[in-house]
Amino acid sequence: MTTYSTNQFRAGLKLMIDGDPCNVLENEYVKPGKGQAFNRVRLRNLKTGRILERTFKSGDSCEGADVVDNELQYLYADGEFWHFMNPESFEQIVAGPEAMNEAAQWLKGQETCIVTLYNGVPLTVQSPVFVNLQITETDPGVRGDTVTGGTKPAKLETGATVKVPLFIENGEVIKIDTRTGAYVSRVKE
Amino acid sequence: MDWRPGASLDMLARRAQLLARVRAFFADRLVMEVETPILAHAGVTDPHLHNLSTTCRLPAAADPVRLYLQTSPEYAMKRLLAAGSGPIYQIGRAFRDGEAGRRHNPEFTMVEWYRPGYDYQDIVEDVEDLLIWCLGIPYCSRVRYADVFRQHAGVDPLECAIEVLRDVAVRSGLNAGAPLSRDDYLDFLLGEVVAPHLGNERPTFLCDFPASQAALARLLPGDPRCAARFELFIKGLEIANGYVELTDPVEQRRRFGCDNARRAAAGLPEMVPDERLLAALDHGLSACAGVALGFDRLLMAAAGCARIDEVQAFSVTRA
Repeated sequence: MTTYSTNQFRAGLKLMIDGDPCNVLENEYVKPGKGQAFNRVRLRNLKTGRILERTFKSGDSCEGADVVDNELQYLYADGEFWHFMNPESFEQIVAGPEAMNEAAQWLKGQETCIVTLYNGVPLTVQSPVFVNLQITETDPGVRGDTVTGGTKPAKLETGATVKVPLFIENGEVIKIDTRTGAYVSRVKE
Repeated sequence: MDWRPGASLDMLARRAQLLARVRAFFADRLVMEVETPILAHAGVTDPHLHNLSTTCRLPAAADPVRLYLQTSPEYAMKRLLAAGSGPIYQIGRAFRDGEAGRRHNPEFTMVEWYRPGYDYQDIVEDVEDLLIWCLGIPYCSRVRYADVFRQHAGVDPLECAIEVLRDVAVRSGLNAGAPLSRDDYLDFLLGEVVAPHLGNERPTFLCDFPASQAALARLLPGDPRCAARFELFIKGLEIANGYVELTDPVEQRRRFGCDNARRAAAGLPEMVPDERLLAALDHGLSACAGVALGFDRLLMAAAGCARIDEVQAFSVTRA
């Protein structure tokens, strides 16, 4: 297993902390004028999502985590698992609900997702930042109302519900920012 | 290409004013301004400080000579004191390899001064007077190293077992890797646990460092477990370090040797002690006290800046 010295710690580096894979967010150099230098590191635990701080004596090293991001194509869900394929090797990988988390609600098939594998098993799945999805259920549109800023709930073809402006009609395709779940725009067919 | 300064022009004007204010303080007290070399034949033995170095071709030497950029002007200024300079100060650049971050830049401006005949209380009051003069604050606080460790870290830094220091450090976020030295645990606890409590209401002097961290300070006559060494903190930020100076050449030689032993143990190159400083101490350095103050840090504290690159025209990433 690769180990990394504190001066190699960069945002995005994956380290093993207390047996869990963690993502380095920030590495700050701290040193008393006449004393030992340390690196205060902020990390995100990739299993729990929690943020933690850990301080290393400068020059010490830490075991890297075998965590890799892969761009995989989403194929289908079988009711229990979500199936992905590596578009180059055609290798298929199966993700459980913990790894899917919020990503599942934005996927209908064919999307390219970032699947973070830890020891070959999906740890997290990130849906594309923007997705285009059709509305399957919403109140009738209020014609011309583009200024009041009011919103109404709309159910999408994937089952997710988002807030959309009042002028949007049932059956329209809209663009969603999956980081916030916010409506971005209509998509002209 | 981002060619603009990191500090605003307003901040640079403020920097110039503060520099002038510091100079006026020393002029008012008849302390002579001096300039000593940045490039010197000897570096620093302290295992936690790392000299940058360069080579210089000198006409009389066959090979280029290695010269060390000084981490502080301490050795040269003590030679001036031994030569009878009387009270002196210097505002100059100091250089420390490997130190870069939110509060560090590899080159920075240091205000360093020495007061012959001053004892421990005198020199603390001198720094306090400078802060009153520069920042317009009414007064400073004083706390003892052992007291604030007991208060904020729950340990007696002078007496407790190293295992206790380790436990408290690991519980406070230190990575539980290879065992550290007693002083390393204390440095961690000072920075991470104790310092955030120091200097929040008013600038605070942290006094009586453990003897193991005496650097070039004399030990306290009443308690040899402690050194006549203090640091100044403002809102958790270390601003200055001062002490009643060690003037005994035998003890100085011994500490240089200890430093080099610790360097060797840490896999660092040994540094040849500054024989000119030792010769000056052999000649005789009368009792004195001195302070090194990070000017950039003082400006950060005065202006409420969190980053050193907000107060320097061009920090290392822009230089």
